[in-house]
Amino acid sequence: MSAAAEAAARPARSLRPAAALVIIGLLVVLALAATIALTVGAAGIPLARLPAALGFSSDVSHPMTSRDQLVLWSIRIPRIAAAAMVGGLLAAAGAIMQGLFRNPLADPALVGVSSGGAFAAAAAIVFTDSRFGESVRFMQHELLPLAAFAGSLATTIILYSIASRGGRTSIAIFLLAGLAIAAIANAGIGLLVFVADDRQLRDITFWLLGSLSGTTWPKTATLAPVLALALIACLSIARGLDVLVLGEAEAFHSGIDVERLKRISIVLVSAMTGVAVSVCGVVGFVGIVVPHLLRMAIGPAHRLLLPASAILGAILLTGADTLARTIVAPAELPIGILTAAVGAPFFLAILLRQRGLAGL
Amino acid sequence: MNAILKARAVSMTIGGATLVDGIDLDISGGEMIAIVGPNGAGKSTLLRMLSGDLRPTGGAVKLGERDIGAYAPRELALRRAMLSQHVHVTFPFTVEEIVEMGTGGRSRAASRPLVDQALHEVGLERFRDRQLPTLSGGEQQRAHFARVLVQLACGEAMHGPGLLLLDEPTSSLDLRHQIDLVESARRRAQNGTAVVAILHDLNLAMRFADRIVLLHRGRLAAIGDRRTTITTERIRELFEVDVAIRHTDDGVPYLLPQTMQPVATAPSQ
Repeated sequence: MSAAAEAAARPARSLRPAAALVIIGLLVVLALAATIALTVGAAGIPLARLPAALGFSSDVSHPMTSRDQLVLWSIRIPRIAAAAMVGGLLAAAGAIMQGLFRNPLADPALVGVSSGGAFAAAAAIVFTDSRFGESVRFMQHELLPLAAFAGSLATTIILYSIASRGGRTSIAIFLLAGLAIAAIANAGIGLLVFVADDRQLRDITFWLLGSLSGTTWPKTATLAPVLALALIACLSIARGLDVLVLGEAEAFHSGIDVERLKRISIVLVSAMTGVAVSVCGVVGFVGIVVPHLLRMAIGPAHRLLLPASAILGAILLTGADTLARTIVAPAELPIGILTAAVGAPFFLAILLRQRGLAGL
Repeated sequence: MNAILKARAVSMTIGGATLVDGIDLDISGGEMIAIVGPNGAGKSTLLRMLSGDLRPTGGAVKLGERDIGAYAPRELALRRAMLSQHVHVTFPFTVEEIVEMGTGGRSRAASRPLVDQALHEVGLERFRDRQLPTLSGGEQQRAHFARVLVQLACGEAMHGPGLLLLDEPTSSLDLRHQIDLVESARRRAQNGTAVVAILHDLNLAMRFADRIVLLHRGRLAAIGDRRTTITTERIRELFEVDVAIRHTDDGVPYLLPQTMQPVATAPSQ
């Protein structure tokens, strides 16, 4: 075969879209998703009444405006903001974790990092409610995200030390170790459920299913600084994660401080997952689905992939949460069930595609 | 001569096994050294210690005036470039994106000529927008070589002649590309770079290297001129193969294994 014919037989060249265009496009979709989410729910607020309810228009003549305002500002807006930020945190954390493990199947929920955080958060609930924890009970609200972060961090470090040997990460060992770690954390949660009293039980069950109902402004407010810091930190590790795809030795040869990059990534993933878990429990698969779709569309370079993942994750979880609170209205579906129902088949599809390539 | 890299009594012991045992080696700018030896001789371990990736358990490696371990990874990357064996890329980066990784984060516009030149040198210009994992093993190896050439060029632009380390760079290449790659490395040596390559093809080593390092069980079995270092006795001792050494018309030695049985010709009917 001549060289020209050979070139023609190969698949067409893949060109990367412009970064600014991708980010702006995704932000527009996020704005649309948030607008839709504002209008639907137990108390429907038609689009025409939205500007007045949000306070953008001085026309407060409609009799429903004050009720609309109450619903929006005290219930719906904090919840939508939390859904968007949790989605952003989980999707970006998934993308970082996949870069760190050089494995598109890594996801904080799948490999037990979320479970570790949930276990620590549940333990914090039981402890602060017991007579031993009486002295710190007043700061239970601040303690939960910290405990979840510590739990996630411990799990990530254990996972990394098990699955990485001599600079290589075995995909099979990584997934199996993650499974075992998740099982251990879940056994711990089970034990806590067993010893918990009725009131604690209700709080803990919340983590098991994953839900954004009952989101308040203070809870939402814990997410914002972590997301902002994480997005800034993402820019500083983006190039390192790109080069890490060559393997740890080759990344070092290329001038990357691999140990530092790994430490930052592990702390970031743990903080992002931990704070998300502390607000809405274990929500899986967002971290797998979003970066995978984006890598196919915009390429794997992390400088664009990480912020784009955060926005698409926000879109996805805003949509999922809107669905969760309307699909079986007036009841509510835990959002963790919804993301698992969509995400698990997606995960299987990636696994089947990978089987030939990665030598699983 | 100005030695860029000095290894003194370098050893590596892991769990009671000595992989590399007390090797002294001076590598000067402008020379190309081939490391040869049987499997398990410690070639890759030695090269990884010369690159600063593995810390020797005994002895020391000096790059310029400083211990190689004293450089920050970024500083080191500007003074030595290394191509590892078996680089496996999971994510769908394009060939161009992989080669750009050699620029160490320089702006795209500034590094573009270097990337173009390296892609041209390894013959992958028309594959620049292809996803690396869809290329053949040999094409991927050439893309990684282009990346390492870009890294070397970036470093040499700042600090002058550097060090280029290659771990079996020709293992997946066809004959044409083996020669192309070794000639690329040879050109770097002519421009003052110190080149060290692990080669399995002894003929390639004798043809292109200035000096040959023969490793056997972690020790230096011989080191010296490419024309005299490889002898039938040493090959028999190291590889347990009988060879005949002949010379081309221009006086370059080459070797022919003798233990291979000639293929029996089918008896004519």
